[in-house]
Amino acid sequence: MIESEYQISFEELKEILQLIEKVHGYDFNDYAEASLKRRVTHIMNKLKLNIFDLKHRLVNDTHFFALFLNQITVNVTEMFRDPGFYRSVRENVIPYLASYPHIKIWNAGCSSGEETYSFAITLKEEGILEKSFLYGTDINSEVLDKAKEGIYELKKIKEYSTNYLNSGGKSSLSDYYHSIYDAGIFQSELRKKTLFSIHNLASDSSFNEFQLVVCRNVLIYFNEHLRNRVLQLFTESLCHLGFLCLGSKETLRNPQLLEQYKVIDRRENIYQKIV
Amino acid sequence: MCSTADIPTSALQPIELVVIGGSAGSMVVLMELMKSVSFFPIPIIFVIHRGKTSSFGTLAGIFQKANQEIKVKEAEEKETLSPKTIYLAPADYHLLVERDFSLSLDLSEKVWHSRPSIDVLFQSAADAGGKRTLGILLSGANADGVQGLQEIRKKGGLTIIQDPHTAEYPTMPNEALKAKAADYKLTPSKLERTFEKLKKVKLHF
Repeated sequence: MIESEYQISFEELKEILQLIEKVHGYDFNDYAEASLKRRVTHIMNKLKLNIFDLKHRLVNDTHFFALFLNQITVNVTEMFRDPGFYRSVRENVIPYLASYPHIKIWNAGCSSGEETYSFAITLKEEGILEKSFLYGTDINSEVLDKAKEGIYELKKIKEYSTNYLNSGGKSSLSDYYHSIYDAGIFQSELRKKTLFSIHNLASDSSFNEFQLVVCRNVLIYFNEHLRNRVLQLFTESLCHLGFLCLGSKETLRNPQLLEQYKVIDRRENIYQKIV
Repeated sequence: MCSTADIPTSALQPIELVVIGGSAGSMVVLMELMKSVSFFPIPIIFVIHRGKTSSFGTLAGIFQKANQEIKVKEAEEKETLSPKTIYLAPADYHLLVERDFSLSLDLSEKVWHSRPSIDVLFQSAADAGGKRTLGILLSGANADGVQGLQEIRKKGGLTIIQDPHTAEYPTMPNEALKAKAADYKLTPSKLERTFEKLKKVKLHF
């Protein structure tokens, strides 16, 4: 049952967002409203906070904001989610990437790192991990800590094995982690090729030039304005003929942006910058 | 009180959005309903529970085949709702309605072990549409959608459940009855009549 004792209006949601921006500097004003409102009321009901208490804690309790941030951002992720996407990356993107002497990859909105490690494994199997480096960024520091450790529940990793094999995996997922009790830690060979750090797509600018930008199931939480801003940011961050990978439901449809890209895989939303 | 009578025209006049949730046993009813949706003057959204493996293109295809006189499509993020269209939630995403009657997708945790969840669609439709929303909850073996139906009712919208006696799996409509979330309890044939009536009402305005 979803608890619904505490409810807020869209106006109250705006008030909360403006307060967060003023006090903590995080801008959620251009997030898609329906989903964000649902998450905020979810926190209120879980912690039994009315809007007055919520605002009070947001202003006066630093630890609370970290928890709040962790709860309102969606951190659902898995390794090799949409195996068909990874298959397409192997077939259509990697051969191209292989021609570069150095490959820099930006996994924006990487959450706890499952996607970043999936890419690292794919690169390794295709023989180009050595000359690659993966930057994982997220707005939420708690999930980034998890990504840095590269430790996941063994039960979950085992579920990912099917995804991995369907994605064109060439060995066994268990070749890439060591089990410790009920957890699996991914090899240091993979971890040393990654760097995880805070980056806010709503306010921060680009920090490097990349051959590949991966941002899957992040744009769905933004409104049209922020969505376009972020896509512009990715475009600026890609080198000539660099690749952009979006989520399976996140189609590039803005005509100004679309004319800067070639569609590599329409179904999996893989694009190549051509300008 | 939950009524079994035909819905009066006056109650249908404000409706500008129809949201329908169904789980086990709902396909039969939906296929019947497809007969009454030709050129339907307001958008309709379906959330139907199904396994992760079932292919969605096929399900949209099945509905489209049942009636060529309405567009059936998988909902895309940020697209604006149009009349004469049925939107289906894509597999493994929650589907939400925004205040400007555009659609959003969301990958957050499952609700009632379901993604898409009927509750998530209904609650957002209640928020976005208020009294313009018609929510319909069909056959199903769990209670997803009950809370959402209640929200639609609270916000002044109109709520209908499939008469549990006619439901292959009556748990879902029964739970809605218990929660007093339903204005009307209708048999599939009365539901079809409501659709025909809604069509006439909206076409005259």
